Amino acid sequence: MRSQWETIIGLEIHAQLATKSKIFSGASTAYGAEPNTQACAVDLGLPGVLPVLNEQAVRMAVIFGMAVDAYIAPFSVFARKNYFYPDLPKGYQISQMELPIVGIGHLDIDVDGVSKRIGITRAHLEEDAGKSLHENFHGLTGIDLNRAGTPLLEIVSEPDMNSAKEAVAYMRKMHELVRYLGICDGNMQEGSFRCDANVSVRPKGQKAFGTRAEIKNINSFRFVEKAINHEVERQIELIESGGKVVQETRLYDSDKDETRSMRSKEEANDYRYFPDPDLLPVLVDEDFKAQIKAQLPELPQAKKQRFKDSYALDEENATILTASRQLGDYFETVVKESGCEAKMCANWLTGDLLAALNKAGLEIIDSPVGHERLAGLLTRISDGTISGKIAKQVFEEMWQSAATADQIIEAKGLKQITDVGAIEAIIDKIIADNQDQVEQYRSGKDKVFGFFVGQVMKEMQGKANPGEVNKMLKEKLK
Amino acid sequence: MYNKTIAELAKSLRSGEFSSVELTLAFLDRIKQHGSLNAYVTITEDLALQAAKTADIRLAAGNAELLTGIPIAQKDIFCTEGIKTSCGSRMLDNFIAPYNATVVDKFNSAGAVMLGKLNMDEFAMGSSNETSYYGAVKNPWNINAVPGGSSGGSAAAVAARLAVCATGTDTGGSIRQPAALCGITGLKPTYGRVSRYGMIAYASSLDQGGPMTRSAEDAALMLQTMAGFDDKDSTSVDVSVPDYRAGLNNSLEGLKIGLPKEFFGEGLSSDVAATLEAAINEYRKLGATVTEVSMPSLKLAIPAYYVIAPAECSANLSRFDGVRFGYRCENPVDLTDLYTRSRGEGFGKEVKRRILMGTYALSAGYYDAYYIKAQKVRRLISEDFKRALAEVDVMMGPVTPSTAFGIGEKIDNPIEMYLSDIYTIAINLAGVPAMSVPAGFAKGLPVGLQIIGHYFAEDKLLNIAHQYQQVTDWHTQIPKGFE
Repeated sequence: MRSQWETIIGLEIHAQLATKSKIFSGASTAYGAEPNTQACAVDLGLPGVLPVLNEQAVRMAVIFGMAVDAYIAPFSVFARKNYFYPDLPKGYQISQMELPIVGIGHLDIDVDGVSKRIGITRAHLEEDAGKSLHENFHGLTGIDLNRAGTPLLEIVSEPDMNSAKEAVAYMRKMHELVRYLGICDGNMQEGSFRCDANVSVRPKGQKAFGTRAEIKNINSFRFVEKAINHEVERQIELIESGGKVVQETRLYDSDKDETRSMRSKEEANDYRYFPDPDLLPVLVDEDFKAQIKAQLPELPQAKKQRFKDSYALDEENATILTASRQLGDYFETVVKESGCEAKMCANWLTGDLLAALNKAGLEIIDSPVGHERLAGLLTRISDGTISGKIAKQVFEEMWQSAATADQIIEAKGLKQITDVGAIEAIIDKIIADNQDQVEQYRSGKDKVFGFFVGQVMKEMQGKANPGEVNKMLKEKLK
Repeated sequence: MYNKTIAELAKSLRSGEFSSVELTLAFLDRIKQHGSLNAYVTITEDLALQAAKTADIRLAAGNAELLTGIPIAQKDIFCTEGIKTSCGSRMLDNFIAPYNATVVDKFNSAGAVMLGKLNMDEFAMGSSNETSYYGAVKNPWNINAVPGGSSGGSAAAVAARLAVCATGTDTGGSIRQPAALCGITGLKPTYGRVSRYGMIAYASSLDQGGPMTRSAEDAALMLQTMAGFDDKDSTSVDVSVPDYRAGLNNSLEGLKIGLPKEFFGEGLSSDVAATLEAAINEYRKLGATVTEVSMPSLKLAIPAYYVIAPAECSANLSRFDGVRFGYRCENPVDLTDLYTRSRGEGFGKEVKRRILMGTYALSAGYYDAYYIKAQKVRRLISEDFKRALAEVDVMMGPVTPSTAFGIGEKIDNPIEMYLSDIYTIAINLAGVPAMSVPAGFAKGLPVGLQIIGHYFAEDKLLNIAHQYQQVTDWHTQIPKGFE
């Protein structure tokens, strides 16, 4: 019966901008310091203090806007969002309401091989609040204002997603993008990237949206999917049993895998937004935009296409290698330094290197094998010094040490034998020792050929050039 | 020595007539002697003497500035590190500021000696100094009259010679009105001329600090120290600061004075009108020409102000929640109780009234009708000023409709109290600079003349005021009992 219903989802993503200092003060944004050691007079909301906008945050918002092909407002305004909460020092949050810095844009996602364009309504700058600590205070609440004033970019999508799967794809794509742009570290455990989901359902074919519920503060891809699926089920069941969805804010409880009501529309605050008189409007002129455009990194979509076109990579490799900027850079450096065929480089990266990194739980920038050493290894495969199989062994050695491929090949005597005389002697010996198999082969059992290759390689400890072995064996067994 | 101006004192200190320590001790004595005026909230005796000693060393070493060793006082709205900064409120009665306002830093590095912190209307909301948690300040000219507000402590202290000069802040007339009612010189600079960092906010888009002195020359000297761009205040303006004393003696020959007809209509008491007429005649004698100008939107200034200022204050004062600093109620049972009782007990009546008005004006469904409308009116008023000032060099008019009123006379009638700011409020909405200059007396109480100028034309205003003070002696009059 679920097929009679259509799901409508819009996401609000909060991306913490990777600035060194806070959006309106000089205090550090580093995570994990002792409580209240990274909160200055401005962050504490002391009487008389004033906010001063961090230009870096504006720059990052504009970078984002350009990356999603959005309208960049030449004139945007900070507003005060008023509400009382102990971890909100000033009793208002400085945000943007009517005139956000980034306007309408879009992001394309792929779900099951089908591309879909998701509209972006807006993205605005705002400051984060502090944290209330409820543990270890025995009936009291502790306040940590280290996070207060951390710059956030709130990215609001259009209600263009129709399944949890699409929502996750969008969130992943956005996550990849902000990290690509270097404007957010994307760390979800630390809350650097989190989202609110607006979810509603309507009977298929109905034009009007159903009443939506907003699920707050979801900080993992898995939870987004579960929370939305749960919420969709809840709403459909509610309507089908004669109930009505009410507009409200809900909280996803990952332990119980359910959402529960936080506050209804009636209980919602009247935030009384108005322009913050302490801050001037933000002016973004053509010069500023041109300057940022010039520094804008190549975006994932464009890079993927270029990898396919100029390196003849297939869709899969191109996708993997452009998933992060660092991986793409690594790949291109290896191709350049090794002078090897791009396809082989790509296979090595997406195969052995990524497997090893995944196993060790490392990112490409932390790879023990840097691009120089990998390029050195690949060069030795392509010039025939070692075989692909031996290369894997060398790679494992490299992972454990700081040695270059050449040093390992030398030390372990792994150099491939291309000396025809040496190979011939071994082949002659193998043929002489295995007359039965020779008979079988000659009587038409082609499969036996593999046996001979195996025996030769075994005898030569894998160091023989396989092409040469094949050629000579065929000749001798005629 | 306490009758001397800054310039005269600077000479005396350099000639060795007396030291800064001696001067400071003399002022501290007077402050105690006239404690009943209630001008000071905090007297920083030890720090003052320490600063005076340092100043004497600087003077002896020959690296002193003009303000070095001069005893001044700060309105208690400016944060002073390590010293109680109450803003006239119970809410901050226990608040020791952990940092200095930019203005305070500037006076400190100039070597000025701070005598203490001055009484004021609570959070600068009031026109009579009666809303202070520390009680009303008395007008030295008549101790039953108000000194004006909100910088009432500053005006009374300067008039009574309890400080050579003082800082004030002006959101709707809070420097000019008390200056007028106490017979001293007060200047509200162009919005953005003086840093607001560390000046506790009432209405951020209107607040501006400025000097309160006994002469225009002293105001020039004080402003020289206060003015300038501050990277800690985004609304401070990066316009170079001229030498304010350089043009004080410029001739006023050919000066074009505009008299806004709306300033001289109904509501202006006849004795104030007569006093101003005489003052304007002095300017004619100095070579000025006088024409009438019009400010048609002026009547909208008070309603617009009482939407915008409360709206901003309703947010500005949200930080006083009993959580991190300031007053906290006894034994709160939960968070809501903590908020409501701390704020309910910590704020006075007028502050609460304005927070409520502002909260209402910003509420869903009322925002467009009040806040947006008031902003439109504000633009109209600014246009009026631009239009009028395009025709003349400065405008002149009254500061207040009448002289100082009695303590207790208007405090229970907020509307009447608000209406007494009719001639000062529009200037803040437009952001232009304006001065109050002593222009005579009516029934023994001082009358102020208001001079309004172009944006950043403080030097012109000071020149015009100074020339008047060269041919009149209203500004040198001393209230009885304070000679």
